[in-house]
Amino acid sequence: MTAAQEQPPALEIANLSHAYGARTALENVNLCVTPGKFTVLLGLNGAGKTTLMSLVTRLYAVQSGAIKIFGFDIMRQPMFALRRLGVVFQARTLDLELSLLQNLTYHAALHGIGASKAKSLSEEALARVNLLARKDDKARTLSGGLMRQVEIIRALMHGPALLLLDEPTVGLDIQARAQILAQLRERVSNDGLSVLWTTHLIDEISSEDDIIILHQGKVLAKGRCDRIIQEYHVQTIGEAFAKITASSKESLSL
Amino acid sequence: MRSLSDSFNARFTLGQYLICLWGIVWREGLRFLHQRERFISALVRPLVWLFIFAAGFRQVLGISIIPPYETYILYEVYITPGLMAMIQLFNGMQSSLSMVYDREMGNMRTLLISPFPRWFLLGSKLFSGVVVSILQVYAYLLIAYFWEIEPPSLLGYLTVLPALALSGLMLGALGMVLSSLIKQLENFAGVMNFVIFPMFFASSALYPLWRVKESSPWLYYVCAVNPFTHAVELIRFSLYLKTDWTALIAVLGYTSLFLIAAILAYDPARGARLRNSA
Repeated sequence: MTAAQEQPPALEIANLSHAYGARTALENVNLCVTPGKFTVLLGLNGAGKTTLMSLVTRLYAVQSGAIKIFGFDIMRQPMFALRRLGVVFQARTLDLELSLLQNLTYHAALHGIGASKAKSLSEEALARVNLLARKDDKARTLSGGLMRQVEIIRALMHGPALLLLDEPTVGLDIQARAQILAQLRERVSNDGLSVLWTTHLIDEISSEDDIIILHQGKVLAKGRCDRIIQEYHVQTIGEAFAKITASSKESLSL
Repeated sequence: MRSLSDSFNARFTLGQYLICLWGIVWREGLRFLHQRERFISALVRPLVWLFIFAAGFRQVLGISIIPPYETYILYEVYITPGLMAMIQLFNGMQSSLSMVYDREMGNMRTLLISPFPRWFLLGSKLFSGVVVSILQVYAYLLIAYFWEIEPPSLLGYLTVLPALALSGLMLGALGMVLSSLIKQLENFAGVMNFVIFPMFFASSALYPLWRVKESSPWLYYVCAVNPFTHAVELIRFSLYLKTDWTALIAVLGYTSLFLIAAILAYDPARGARLRNSA
Protein backbone atom coordinates (compact mmCIF):
# COMPACT_ATOMS: atom_id res chain seq x y z
CA MET A 1 0.00 0.00 0.00
CA THR A 2 1.43 3.37 -0.97
CA ALA A 3 1.47 6.33 1.36
CA ALA A 4 -0.92 8.17 -0.94
CA GLN A 5 -3.66 5.62 -0.37
CA GLU A 6 -5.44 5.90 2.89
CA GLN A 7 -5.15 2.72 4.94
CA PRO A 8 -8.45 1.49 6.35
CA PRO A 9 -8.63 1.13 10.14
CA ALA A 10 -7.30 -2.15 11.52
CA LEU A 11 -10.69 -2.59 13.15
CA GLU A 12 -13.78 -0.52 12.53
CA ILE A 13 -16.99 -1.13 14.43
CA ALA A 14 -20.08 0.83 13.42
CA ASN A 15 -23.45 0.98 15.19
CA LEU A 16 -22.98 -2.43 16.75
CA SER A 17 -25.73 -3.68 19.06
CA HIS A 18 -26.18 -7.13 20.55
CA ALA A 19 -28.74 -8.68 22.88
CA TYR A 20 -29.10 -12.03 24.64
CA GLY A 21 -32.85 -12.40 24.55
CA ALA A 22 -34.21 -9.41 26.44
CA ARG A 23 -30.87 -8.45 27.97
CA THR A 24 -28.88 -5.89 25.98
CA ALA A 25 -25.13 -6.59 26.03
CA LEU A 26 -23.95 -3.92 23.56
CA GLU A 27 -25.73 -0.75 22.52
CA ASN A 28 -24.78 1.18 19.42
CA VAL A 29 -21.03 0.70 19.79
CA ASN A 30 -18.76 2.68 17.45
CA LEU A 31 -14.98 2.42 17.61
CA CYS A 32 -11.79 2.24 15.56
CA VAL A 33 -8.36 0.70 16.05
CA THR A 34 -5.69 2.65 14.19
CA PRO A 35 -3.12 0.52 12.34
CA GLY A 36 0.15 0.24 14.24
CA LYS A 37 -1.33 1.40 17.54
CA PHE A 38 -1.75 -0.22 20.93
CA THR A 39 -5.41 0.30 21.78
CA VAL A 40 -6.90 -0.56 25.16
CA LEU A 41 -10.54 -1.50 25.59
CA LEU A 42 -11.19 -0.67 29.23
CA GLY A 43 -14.24 -1.87 31.07
CA LEU A 44 -15.42 -3.60 34.21
CA ASN A 45 -16.46 -7.23 34.24
CA GLY A 46 -19.82 -7.43 32.53
CA ALA A 47 -19.26 -4.27 30.46
CA GLY A 48 -19.71 -6.27 27.26
CA LYS A 49 -16.04 -6.80 26.38
CA THR A 50 -16.30 -10.55 25.86
CA THR A 51 -19.47 -10.18 23.77
CA LEU A 52 -17.65 -7.63 21.63
CA MET A 53 -14.72 -10.03 21.20
CA SER A 54 -17.06 -12.88 20.28
CA LEU A 55 -18.64 -10.72 17.59
CA VAL A 56 -15.33 -9.50 16.17
CA THR A 57 -14.08 -13.08 15.93
CA ARG A 58 -17.27 -14.14 14.07
CA LEU A 59 -18.09 -16.55 16.88
CA TYR A 60 -21.51 -14.93 17.25
CA ALA A 61 -23.44 -13.62 14.28
CA VAL A 62 -23.73 -9.83 14.13
CA GLN A 63 -27.32 -8.84 14.98
CA SER A 64 -27.10 -5.21 13.93
CA GLY A 65 -24.26 -2.94 12.86
CA ALA A 66 -21.02 -3.77 11.06
CA ILE A 67 -17.50 -4.94 11.91
CA LYS A 68 -14.64 -4.47 9.45
CA ILE A 69 -11.07 -5.69 9.72
CA PHE A 70 -8.78 -3.67 7.43
CA GLY A 71 -11.86 -2.83 5.39
CA PHE A 72 -13.19 -6.40 5.12
CA ASP A 73 -16.62 -7.01 6.61
CA ILE A 74 -16.55 -9.91 9.09
CA MET A 75 -19.93 -11.26 8.00
CA ARG A 76 -19.63 -10.67 4.25
CA GLN A 77 -15.96 -11.48 3.67
CA PRO A 78 -14.99 -13.54 6.70
CA MET A 79 -12.14 -15.30 4.91
CA PHE A 80 -10.30 -12.08 4.13
CA ALA A 81 -11.15 -10.49 7.46
CA LEU A 82 -10.12 -13.44 9.65
CA ARG A 83 -6.81 -13.99 7.85
CA ARG A 84 -5.74 -10.57 9.03
CA LEU A 85 -6.74 -11.27 12.60
CA GLY A 86 -4.98 -13.05 15.46
CA VAL A 87 -6.88 -13.76 18.68
CA VAL A 88 -5.97 -14.61 22.26
CA PHE A 89 -9.07 -15.59 24.22
CA GLN A 90 -9.58 -15.02 27.91
CA ALA A 91 -9.99 -18.74 28.57
CA ARG A 92 -6.99 -20.98 28.01
CA THR A 93 -7.26 -22.59 24.60
CA LEU A 94 -4.07 -24.63 24.31
CA ASP A 95 -4.52 -28.38 24.07
CA LEU A 96 -2.94 -29.41 27.35
CA GLU A 97 -2.18 -32.97 26.26
CA LEU A 98 -0.46 -31.88 23.05
CA SER A 99 3.11 -30.63 22.80
CA LEU A 100 3.88 -26.97 22.11
CA LEU A 101 4.93 -27.81 18.58
CA GLN A 102 1.74 -29.81 17.98
CA ASN A 103 -0.39 -26.94 19.28
CA LEU A 104 1.31 -24.51 16.94
CA THR A 105 1.28 -26.69 13.83
CA TYR A 106 -2.44 -27.38 14.41
CA HIS A 107 -3.06 -23.64 14.36
CA ALA A 108 -0.99 -23.34 11.18
CA ALA A 109 -3.08 -26.05 9.52
CA LEU A 110 -6.23 -24.10 10.42
CA HIS A 111 -4.76 -21.30 8.32
CA GLY A 112 -3.85 -23.56 5.41
CA ILE A 113 -0.11 -23.59 6.17
CA GLY A 114 1.51 -26.91 5.24
CA ALA A 115 3.56 -29.11 7.56
CA SER A 116 7.13 -28.08 6.73
CA LYS A 117 6.39 -24.35 6.64
CA ALA A 118 4.35 -24.76 9.83
CA LYS A 119 7.26 -26.44 11.59
CA SER A 120 9.75 -23.72 10.68
CA LEU A 121 7.28 -20.96 11.64
CA SER A 122 6.55 -22.69 14.96
CA GLU A 123 10.21 -23.08 15.83
CA GLU A 124 10.90 -19.50 14.88
CA ALA A 125 8.02 -18.33 17.08
CA LEU A 126 9.06 -20.53 20.02
CA ALA A 127 12.62 -19.25 19.75
CA ARG A 128 11.32 -15.69 20.08
CA VAL A 129 10.01 -16.46 23.57
CA ASN A 130 12.95 -18.75 24.49
CA LEU A 131 10.81 -21.90 24.49
CA LEU A 132 12.41 -23.71 21.56
CA ALA A 133 14.12 -26.19 23.87
CA ARG A 134 10.72 -27.15 25.29
CA LYS A 135 8.95 -27.60 21.97
CA ASP A 136 8.18 -31.26 22.64
CA ASP A 137 6.92 -30.69 26.18
CA LYS A 138 3.21 -30.95 26.76
CA ALA A 139 1.40 -27.63 27.13
CA ARG A 140 0.28 -28.89 30.56
CA THR A 141 3.82 -28.51 31.91
CA LEU A 142 3.94 -24.73 31.30
CA SER A 143 3.20 -22.06 33.90
CA GLY A 144 0.21 -19.77 33.32
CA GLY A 145 2.43 -16.95 32.08
CA LEU A 146 4.28 -19.16 29.61
CA MET A 147 1.01 -20.63 28.33
CA ARG A 148 -0.17 -17.11 27.59
CA GLN A 149 3.05 -16.35 25.75
CA VAL A 150 2.58 -19.46 23.61
CA GLU A 151 -1.01 -18.43 22.90
CA ILE A 152 0.23 -15.04 21.75
CA ILE A 153 2.90 -16.39 19.43
CA ARG A 154 0.35 -18.88 18.14
CA ALA A 155 -2.10 -16.08 17.36
CA LEU A 156 0.63 -14.25 15.44
CA MET A 157 1.94 -17.26 13.52
CA HIS A 158 -0.05 -16.72 10.35
CA GLY A 159 1.17 -13.12 10.15
CA PRO A 160 -1.98 -11.14 11.06
CA ALA A 161 -1.72 -7.34 11.20
CA LEU A 162 -4.29 -7.05 13.99
CA LEU A 163 -4.07 -8.89 17.31
CA LEU A 164 -7.03 -9.07 19.69
CA LEU A 165 -6.48 -10.03 23.31
CA ASP A 166 -9.38 -10.59 25.70
CA GLU A 167 -8.15 -9.93 29.26
CA PRO A 168 -4.91 -11.79 28.57
CA THR A 169 -3.32 -11.08 31.96
CA VAL A 170 -6.11 -12.38 34.19
CA GLY A 171 -4.65 -14.77 36.73
CA LEU A 172 -1.01 -13.99 35.95
CA ASP A 173 1.57 -12.71 38.41
CA ILE A 174 3.00 -9.20 38.15
CA GLN A 175 6.20 -10.31 36.47
CA ALA A 176 4.45 -12.36 33.79
CA ARG A 177 2.02 -9.53 33.12
CA ALA A 178 4.81 -7.00 32.68
CA GLN A 179 6.77 -9.33 30.41
CA ILE A 180 3.81 -10.03 28.12
CA LEU A 181 2.92 -6.35 27.88
CA ALA A 182 6.52 -5.38 27.11
CA GLN A 183 6.84 -8.03 24.39
CA LEU A 184 3.64 -6.91 22.71
CA ARG A 185 4.46 -3.22 22.88
CA GLU A 186 7.78 -4.03 21.24
CA ARG A 187 5.96 -5.74 18.38
CA VAL A 188 3.70 -2.73 17.98
CA SER A 189 6.62 -0.31 17.73
CA ASN A 190 8.98 -2.54 15.73
CA ASP A 191 6.67 -4.50 13.43
CA GLY A 192 3.77 -2.10 13.10
CA LEU A 193 1.35 -4.59 14.63
CA SER A 194 -2.08 -3.24 15.65
CA VAL A 195 -3.29 -4.45 19.03
CA LEU A 196 -6.66 -4.32 20.75
CA TRP A 197 -6.02 -5.16 24.38
CA THR A 198 -9.07 -5.74 26.56
CA THR A 199 -8.66 -5.24 30.28
CA HIS A 200 -10.17 -3.98 33.52
CA LEU A 201 -6.73 -3.25 34.98
CA ILE A 202 -5.75 0.39 34.51
CA ASP A 203 -2.11 -0.11 35.47
CA GLU A 204 -1.63 -1.83 32.10
CA ILE A 205 -2.27 1.44 30.27
CA SER A 206 0.47 3.73 29.03
CA SER A 207 -0.15 7.44 28.36
CA GLU A 208 0.29 7.15 24.58
CA ASP A 209 -2.22 4.32 24.23
CA ASP A 210 -5.56 4.81 22.57
CA ILE A 211 -8.31 4.10 25.08
CA ILE A 212 -11.89 3.01 24.58
CA ILE A 213 -14.03 2.99 27.70
CA LEU A 214 -16.86 0.49 27.52
CA HIS A 215 -19.43 0.60 30.29
CA GLN A 216 -22.71 -1.31 30.51
CA GLY A 217 -22.61 -2.04 26.80
CA LYS A 218 -21.92 1.53 25.68
CA VAL A 219 -18.77 3.36 24.61
CA LEU A 220 -18.54 6.31 27.03
CA ALA A 221 -15.19 7.74 25.93
CA LYS A 222 -12.42 7.16 23.41
CA GLY A 223 -9.16 8.83 22.51
CA ARG A 224 -5.53 8.97 23.50
CA CYS A 225 -5.02 8.29 27.19
CA ASP A 226 -3.29 11.60 27.99
CA ARG A 227 -5.95 13.56 26.14
CA ILE A 228 -8.78 11.87 28.03
CA ILE A 229 -7.01 12.74 31.28
CA GLN A 230 -6.74 16.37 30.15
CA GLU A 231 -10.30 16.56 28.95
CA TYR A 232 -11.73 15.38 32.25
CA HIS A 233 -9.32 17.54 34.31
CA VAL A 234 -7.95 14.64 36.35
CA GLN A 235 -4.49 13.26 37.14
CA THR A 236 -4.76 9.61 36.12
CA ILE A 237 -6.77 7.45 33.75
CA GLY A 238 -8.19 5.69 36.82
CA GLU A 239 -9.71 8.96 38.01
CA ALA A 240 -10.96 9.69 34.51
CA PHE A 241 -12.60 6.28 34.38
CA ALA A 242 -14.25 6.83 37.75
CA LYS A 243 -15.56 10.21 36.64
CA ILE A 244 -16.83 8.93 33.30
CA THR A 245 -18.61 5.99 34.81
CA ALA A 246 -19.73 7.93 37.90
CA SER A 247 -23.33 6.87 37.56
CA SER A 248 -22.26 3.32 38.38
CA LYS A 249 -21.60 2.20 41.95
CA GLU A 250 -19.05 -0.38 40.90
CA SER A 251 -15.40 0.42 41.46
CA LEU A 252 -12.42 -0.24 39.27
CA SER A 253 -9.91 -2.77 40.46
CA LEU A 254 -6.39 -1.46 40.55
CA MET B 1 6.50 -14.09 8.42
CA ARG B 2 5.68 -11.07 6.29
CA SER B 3 5.56 -13.18 3.15
CA LEU B 4 2.45 -14.94 4.42
CA SER B 5 0.41 -11.77 4.37
CA ASP B 6 1.11 -11.28 0.66
CA SER B 7 -1.31 -14.12 -0.08
CA PHE B 8 -4.10 -12.71 2.11
CA ASN B 9 -6.04 -11.36 -0.83
CA ALA B 10 -6.17 -14.72 -2.60
CA ARG B 11 -8.76 -17.40 -1.90
CA PHE B 12 -7.60 -20.63 -0.30
CA THR B 13 -6.50 -23.34 -2.73
CA LEU B 14 -7.82 -26.90 -2.66
CA GLY B 15 -4.47 -27.94 -1.21
CA GLN B 16 -4.95 -25.52 1.69
CA TYR B 17 -8.42 -26.91 2.36
CA LEU B 18 -6.85 -30.37 2.55
CA ILE B 19 -4.12 -29.13 4.90
CA CYS B 20 -6.82 -27.74 7.17
CA LEU B 21 -8.90 -30.95 7.07
CA TRP B 22 -5.81 -33.05 7.76
CA GLY B 23 -4.84 -30.78 10.67
CA ILE B 24 -8.26 -31.19 12.29
CA VAL B 25 -8.29 -34.98 11.85
CA TRP B 26 -4.69 -35.27 13.08
CA ARG B 27 -5.46 -33.32 16.24
CA GLU B 28 -8.54 -35.43 16.97
CA GLY B 29 -6.43 -38.56 16.49
CA LEU B 30 -3.77 -37.28 18.91
CA ARG B 31 -6.42 -36.42 21.51
CA PHE B 32 -7.95 -39.83 21.08
CA LEU B 33 -4.59 -41.49 21.79
CA HIS B 34 -4.34 -39.47 24.99
CA GLN B 35 -7.84 -40.36 26.20
CA ARG B 36 -7.47 -44.05 26.94
CA GLU B 37 -10.43 -44.13 29.33
CA ARG B 38 -12.73 -42.89 26.61
CA PHE B 39 -11.43 -45.52 24.25
CA ILE B 40 -11.79 -48.34 26.74
CA SER B 41 -15.32 -47.40 27.76
CA ALA B 42 -16.30 -47.07 24.10
CA LEU B 43 -15.05 -50.61 23.61
CA VAL B 44 -16.43 -52.18 26.79
CA ARG B 45 -20.04 -51.19 26.01
CA PRO B 46 -20.47 -53.21 22.79
CA LEU B 47 -18.41 -56.06 24.22
CA VAL B 48 -20.76 -56.37 27.18
CA TRP B 49 -23.63 -56.61 24.72
CA LEU B 50 -21.77 -59.14 22.65
CA PHE B 51 -20.44 -61.41 25.37
CA ILE B 52 -23.29 -61.19 27.88
CA PHE B 53 -26.50 -60.07 26.22
CA ALA B 54 -26.02 -61.91 22.95
CA ALA B 55 -24.80 -65.08 24.64
CA GLY B 56 -27.86 -65.07 26.88
CA PHE B 57 -30.32 -64.29 24.13
CA ARG B 58 -28.90 -66.78 21.69
CA GLN B 59 -31.38 -69.44 22.85
CA VAL B 60 -34.37 -67.12 23.03
CA LEU B 61 -34.28 -65.57 19.60
CA GLY B 62 -34.20 -67.80 16.55
CA ILE B 63 -32.92 -66.03 13.48
CA SER B 64 -34.08 -67.39 10.16
CA ILE B 65 -31.96 -67.09 7.04
CA ILE B 66 -32.44 -63.54 5.77
CA PRO B 67 -30.20 -61.56 3.41
CA PRO B 68 -27.31 -60.93 3.46
CA TYR B 69 -26.86 -64.19 5.39
CA GLU B 70 -26.89 -67.43 3.43
CA THR B 71 -26.74 -69.85 6.31
CA TYR B 72 -28.04 -70.01 9.84
CA ILE B 73 -26.02 -67.61 11.94
CA LEU B 74 -25.34 -67.14 15.61
CA TYR B 75 -27.16 -64.30 17.35
CA GLU B 76 -23.72 -62.74 18.06
CA VAL B 77 -23.15 -62.53 14.34
CA TYR B 78 -26.55 -60.92 13.84
CA ILE B 79 -26.07 -58.14 16.38
CA THR B 80 -22.47 -57.28 15.47
CA PRO B 81 -23.41 -54.67 12.80
CA GLY B 82 -25.85 -53.12 15.28
CA LEU B 83 -23.11 -52.89 17.90
CA MET B 84 -20.72 -51.35 15.38
CA ALA B 85 -23.34 -48.70 14.65
CA MET B 86 -23.89 -48.29 18.39
CA ILE B 87 -20.21 -47.40 18.86
CA GLN B 88 -20.66 -44.72 16.22
CA LEU B 89 -23.93 -43.52 17.75
CA PHE B 90 -22.34 -43.01 21.17
CA ASN B 91 -19.26 -41.43 19.68
CA GLY B 92 -21.27 -39.13 17.43
CA MET B 93 -23.55 -37.97 20.24
CA GLN B 94 -20.66 -37.43 22.64
CA SER B 95 -18.54 -35.36 20.29
CA SER B 96 -21.49 -33.36 18.97
CA LEU B 97 -22.64 -32.52 22.44
CA SER B 98 -19.21 -31.20 23.32
CA MET B 99 -19.14 -29.14 20.12
CA VAL B 100 -22.40 -27.43 20.96
CA TYR B 101 -21.97 -26.97 24.70
CA ASP B 102 -19.03 -25.65 26.62
CA ARG B 103 -16.94 -28.67 27.31
CA GLU B 104 -14.88 -28.08 24.24
CA MET B 105 -15.65 -24.41 23.89
CA GLY B 106 -12.01 -23.31 24.03
CA ASN B 107 -11.10 -25.69 21.25
CA MET B 108 -14.17 -24.79 19.23
CA ARG B 109 -13.16 -21.13 19.50
CA THR B 110 -9.68 -21.87 18.20
CA LEU B 111 -11.30 -23.82 15.37
CA LEU B 112 -13.94 -21.26 14.45
CA ILE B 113 -11.59 -18.28 14.17
CA SER B 114 -9.91 -20.09 11.30
CA PRO B 115 -10.60 -18.15 8.09
CA PHE B 116 -11.94 -21.23 6.31
CA PRO B 117 -15.72 -21.26 5.74
CA ARG B 118 -17.68 -22.35 8.78
CA TRP B 119 -19.45 -25.20 6.95
CA PHE B 120 -16.04 -26.60 6.06
CA LEU B 121 -14.71 -26.31 9.62
CA LEU B 122 -17.78 -27.97 11.15
CA GLY B 123 -17.81 -30.64 8.45
CA SER B 124 -14.12 -31.37 9.04
CA LYS B 125 -14.68 -31.53 12.79
CA LEU B 126 -17.53 -34.00 12.28
CA PHE B 127 -15.38 -36.00 9.92
CA SER B 128 -12.55 -36.15 12.46
CA GLY B 129 -15.02 -37.62 14.97
CA VAL B 130 -16.00 -40.20 12.35
CA VAL B 131 -12.36 -41.22 11.90
CA VAL B 132 -12.08 -41.80 15.65
CA SER B 133 -15.32 -43.81 15.70
CA ILE B 134 -14.02 -45.98 12.85
CA LEU B 135 -10.86 -46.73 14.82
CA GLN B 136 -13.06 -47.82 17.73
CA VAL B 137 -15.17 -50.00 15.45
CA TYR B 138 -12.11 -51.78 14.08
CA ALA B 139 -10.79 -52.37 17.59
CA TYR B 140 -14.16 -53.97 18.39
CA LEU B 141 -14.03 -56.08 15.20
CA LEU B 142 -10.56 -57.27 16.12
CA ILE B 143 -11.76 -58.55 19.49
CA ALA B 144 -14.87 -60.07 17.87
CA TYR B 145 -12.60 -61.83 15.37
CA PHE B 146 -10.94 -63.72 18.18
CA TRP B 147 -14.45 -64.70 19.34
CA GLU B 148 -14.87 -66.17 15.87
CA ILE B 149 -17.29 -63.51 14.77
CA GLU B 150 -16.02 -62.53 11.35
CA PRO B 151 -17.32 -61.70 7.88
CA PRO B 152 -17.28 -64.53 5.33
CA SER B 153 -14.35 -62.92 3.55
CA LEU B 154 -11.54 -60.76 4.95
CA LEU B 155 -12.43 -58.32 2.19
CA GLY B 156 -15.53 -57.50 4.24
CA TYR B 157 -13.33 -55.52 6.62
CA LEU B 158 -12.45 -53.25 3.70
CA THR B 159 -15.88 -52.96 2.07
CA VAL B 160 -17.44 -51.94 5.37
CA LEU B 161 -15.19 -48.88 5.58
CA PRO B 162 -17.20 -46.55 3.27
CA ALA B 163 -20.40 -47.68 5.01
CA LEU B 164 -18.88 -46.77 8.38
CA ALA B 165 -17.73 -43.38 7.09
CA LEU B 166 -21.23 -42.59 5.88
CA SER B 167 -23.08 -43.86 8.94
CA GLY B 168 -20.62 -42.08 11.25
CA LEU B 169 -21.17 -38.81 9.44
CA MET B 170 -24.93 -39.26 9.57
CA LEU B 171 -24.97 -39.96 13.32
CA GLY B 172 -22.51 -37.17 14.14
CA ALA B 173 -24.53 -34.65 12.14
CA LEU B 174 -27.74 -35.88 13.74
CA GLY B 175 -26.15 -35.39 17.15
CA MET B 176 -25.27 -31.83 16.25
CA VAL B 177 -28.75 -31.01 15.01
CA LEU B 178 -30.38 -32.45 18.12
CA SER B 179 -28.05 -30.83 20.62
CA SER B 180 -28.35 -27.48 18.80
CA LEU B 181 -32.13 -27.51 18.73
CA ILE B 182 -33.24 -29.27 21.91
CA LYS B 183 -32.39 -27.60 25.16
CA GLN B 184 -33.06 -30.71 27.25
CA LEU B 185 -30.17 -32.47 25.56
CA GLU B 186 -27.48 -30.47 27.29
CA ASN B 187 -26.26 -33.43 29.31
CA PHE B 188 -25.48 -36.94 28.30
CA ALA B 189 -28.22 -38.53 30.42
CA GLY B 190 -30.81 -36.69 28.34
CA VAL B 191 -29.18 -37.93 25.17
CA MET B 192 -29.16 -41.52 26.45
CA ASN B 193 -32.86 -41.47 27.34
CA PHE B 194 -34.27 -39.50 24.45
CA VAL B 195 -31.95 -40.36 21.59
CA ILE B 196 -29.64 -43.31 22.04
CA PHE B 197 -32.01 -45.83 23.65
CA PRO B 198 -35.04 -45.17 21.40
CA MET B 199 -32.90 -45.17 18.27
CA PHE B 200 -31.06 -48.32 19.23
CA PHE B 201 -34.07 -50.35 20.36
CA ALA B 202 -36.43 -49.22 17.60
CA SER B 203 -34.10 -50.48 14.91
CA SER B 204 -32.91 -53.69 13.30
CA ALA B 205 -29.84 -53.76 15.54
CA LEU B 206 -31.11 -56.42 17.96
CA TYR B 207 -33.85 -58.19 15.98
CA PRO B 208 -34.78 -58.43 12.30
CA LEU B 209 -37.64 -56.18 11.27
CA TRP B 210 -39.90 -59.04 10.14
CA ARG B 211 -40.01 -60.17 13.75
CA VAL B 212 -40.96 -56.68 14.88
CA LYS B 213 -43.70 -56.60 12.24
CA GLU B 214 -45.20 -59.81 13.62
CA SER B 215 -45.65 -58.35 17.06
CA SER B 216 -46.38 -54.68 16.32
CA PRO B 217 -46.99 -53.19 12.87
CA TRP B 218 -46.72 -49.57 14.03
CA LEU B 219 -43.40 -50.24 15.73
CA TYR B 220 -42.28 -51.80 12.46
CA TYR B 221 -42.97 -48.52 10.64
CA VAL B 222 -41.07 -46.57 13.29
CA CYS B 223 -38.11 -48.93 12.83
CA ALA B 224 -38.36 -48.70 9.05
CA VAL B 225 -37.92 -44.90 9.01
CA ASN B 226 -35.38 -44.83 11.84
CA PRO B 227 -32.07 -43.61 10.33
CA PHE B 228 -30.23 -45.93 12.68
CA THR B 229 -31.90 -49.01 11.11
CA HIS B 230 -30.53 -47.98 7.74
CA ALA B 231 -27.06 -47.38 9.14
CA VAL B 232 -27.13 -50.87 10.68
CA GLU B 233 -28.34 -52.53 7.46
CA LEU B 234 -25.81 -50.64 5.35
CA ILE B 235 -23.03 -51.90 7.62
CA ARG B 236 -24.51 -55.44 7.77
CA PHE B 237 -24.66 -55.84 3.99
CA SER B 238 -21.29 -54.22 3.27
CA LEU B 239 -19.59 -56.59 5.73
CA TYR B 240 -20.90 -59.37 3.46
CA LEU B 241 -19.68 -57.61 0.29
CA LYS B 242 -23.24 -56.70 -0.64
CA THR B 243 -25.16 -53.46 -1.00
CA ASP B 244 -28.56 -52.78 0.52
CA TRP B 245 -29.71 -50.07 -1.89
CA THR B 246 -32.62 -48.90 0.24
CA ALA B 247 -30.31 -48.45 3.20
CA LEU B 248 -27.66 -46.72 1.08
CA ILE B 249 -30.11 -44.23 -0.38
CA ALA B 250 -31.72 -43.63 3.00
CA VAL B 251 -28.36 -43.06 4.71
CA LEU B 252 -27.18 -40.74 1.92
CA GLY B 253 -30.42 -38.77 2.14
CA TYR B 254 -30.41 -38.54 5.94
CA THR B 255 -26.71 -37.61 5.96
CA SER B 256 -27.16 -34.67 3.59
CA LEU B 257 -30.27 -33.54 5.43
CA PHE B 258 -28.63 -33.70 8.87
CA LEU B 259 -25.39 -32.09 7.66
CA ILE B 260 -27.20 -29.08 6.21
CA ALA B 261 -29.43 -28.76 9.27
CA ALA B 262 -26.42 -29.15 11.61
CA ILE B 263 -24.49 -26.33 9.94
CA LEU B 264 -27.53 -24.05 9.84
CA ALA B 265 -28.50 -24.75 13.44
CA TYR B 266 -25.02 -24.49 14.95
CA ASP B 267 -24.79 -21.36 17.05
CA PRO B 268 -21.92 -20.80 19.47
CA ALA B 269 -23.93 -18.02 21.15
CA ARG B 270 -26.26 -20.73 22.48
CA GLY B 271 -24.03 -21.61 25.43
CA ALA B 272 -23.73 -17.93 26.34
CA ARG B 273 -27.50 -17.45 26.11
CA LEU B 274 -28.10 -20.40 28.42
CA ARG B 275 -25.60 -19.08 30.95
CA ASN B 276 -27.18 -15.65 30.80
CA SER B 277 -30.68 -16.94 31.29
CA ALA B 278 -29.65 -19.29 34.10
